[in-house]
Amino acid sequence: MDNKKKTACGVNYDQYVHRKVLTLVTLLILTFLTALFAISAGSADIPVTEVLKALFGFGAAKNVLVTVNIRLPRILMAIISGIGLAAAGCVMQSILRNPLASASTLGISQGASFGAAIAITFLGGGTVMGNTADAVTVNNPYLTSTCAFLASMFVTFVILGLSKARKASPETMILAGVALSSLFAGATALLQYFSSDVQMAAIVFWTFGDLGRASMQNIQVAAVVTFSALIYFMFNRWNYNALECGEHTATGLGVNVSRVRLIGMTVASLTAATIVSFVGIISFIGLIAPHIMRRFVGNDYRYLLPASALMGALMLLISDTFARLIISPVILPIGAITSFLGAPLFLYLIFKGVGHHAEN
Amino acid sequence: MLKIDALEFGYRSNRKILDHIEFDVANGECVAILGNNGAGKSTMLKCLNKIISPQKGRVVVNEADILKMTRLDIAKNTAYVAQKSEGSRITAYDAILLGRKPYIKLAPKKEDYEIVEKIIASMSLEKFSLRYIDELSGGELQKVMIARALAQEPKVLLLDEPTSCLDLKNQLEVLKLIQNITKEKDIAVVIVIHDLNLALRYCDRFLFLKDNEIFCYGGMDVMTSENIGAVYQVPVTVESYQNQKVVIPLT
Repeated sequence: MDNKKKTACGVNYDQYVHRKVLTLVTLLILTFLTALFAISAGSADIPVTEVLKALFGFGAAKNVLVTVNIRLPRILMAIISGIGLAAAGCVMQSILRNPLASASTLGISQGASFGAAIAITFLGGGTVMGNTADAVTVNNPYLTSTCAFLASMFVTFVILGLSKARKASPETMILAGVALSSLFAGATALLQYFSSDVQMAAIVFWTFGDLGRASMQNIQVAAVVTFSALIYFMFNRWNYNALECGEHTATGLGVNVSRVRLIGMTVASLTAATIVSFVGIISFIGLIAPHIMRRFVGNDYRYLLPASALMGALMLLISDTFARLIISPVILPIGAITSFLGAPLFLYLIFKGVGHHAEN
Repeated sequence: MLKIDALEFGYRSNRKILDHIEFDVANGECVAILGNNGAGKSTMLKCLNKIISPQKGRVVVNEADILKMTRLDIAKNTAYVAQKSEGSRITAYDAILLGRKPYIKLAPKKEDYEIVEKIIASMSLEKFSLRYIDELSGGELQKVMIARALAQEPKVLLLDEPTSCLDLKNQLEVLKLIQNITKEKDIAVVIVIHDLNLALRYCDRFLFLKDNEIFCYGGMDVMTSENIGAVYQVPVTVESYQNQKVVIPLT
């Protein structure tokens, strides 16, 4: 972190910084342990020691196959998606000065749904087949992902275009997002209404969200986009901190507010759109992971950004493991689980008021 | 030294909010901007550090026109304290550290922390420096915002109604603080203020804005009942009480 210093005015700033760093380290360890547990748990239980061996290519061939080929990609996608969605949500909430900003509330997810629905209905992406978990899968994932990505980026650029015409005010961005969200939700509903049963099932299945559908290539693309975005966001952490004191104060501190807002929105939307187009709609993570961490580390983006990213990864790992194990071998929709687990936790934190004072 | 030269601003070309604004402020001098609501006081202050861009004119700080500088360079020359500061879940210490933002490249240096801690000590902010600013009282928050502005090490300090949300005790404390800073740091201070008596007590010169133009500018000699009455359209008398001028409304 940024702070290696001695206090000279009797203020114990070092101790305060150490507490924030400790929170980050705790989250990192928890995420690692949860990932290990998630890889070992499933219809074929593999002990953690065997998981560790398998990850390095040792141990029984069956364990290596299940661990490396089946579970590891899913776990990696959960971690990357959690980091990406939470970091994107965190930055959107900062630059739009609105606690409800996220990929879902700004229409990016709805745009992706519409793109997927177009691919499934008109472009032959909608053949349905059964798999071992007795669910349906979309048969042409590349086409569907591409259409979903293009549609969600279209939403992003319309929001940015409209905002640019009105000096990129947060209100314009949010209202444009809400309007487009409604428009694309309606358009998707119309497509579903006129599609065949098979196509409709495929559209609905796609919107459920599924971490298992991402290929290794998808994971690599998502990882590059997510970590590049995270680096960009961390470079701008002082700009986001300045925005916390108001737009005029930030301008007075040398921040080009319009540019920070436009580029930040583009990068955050691109990250969310990439993830959503690969794994479908995973709502709530981008919205609540930053809010949960605000209770613990405050609004200082030096700590809030990495903390939110780790919390997003942890929440998605826990939700996915829960979705896989609760009525195994059936895998429940991840989007529903994130909402079911996240909402009560969020409400609890709001009413409990954890970490209300920085000095506590 | 701050010199404003033929400044003009309007939201539309045919509707001027500020017209031909010219004045200067010496180092170690605090100038009060006075006038009715809507006279353009806050707009003028925002023009002085290009938060909004004037259509014409120059704002010269130590021979350099800040309107031609980059955002970061402007922030190294002028600091702005907004009328209403927004509270957030960042600590007062970190809010003051934000004042070093124009100088921070990747991370703050030891020198940045030293400057912040010196300001905290000089303004006696230790008690609440590790509290979130959204938990501070109005007076405490305003002091933190002034401390943040000082951390920018500006040559010009711009304050937009810094006492508008404060009780009498805090109004006096904050203005005394600004007065001391002006002299100690030897910087030019421009302050938008509504209370004429507080302006008389703590400022060195007075600029009246009326109908988008400067009505009059000068020292104690411009604080007459005629000038004040003409600007505010309210009859007043200016009396002397314990060697201090006092404005008393006659309505």
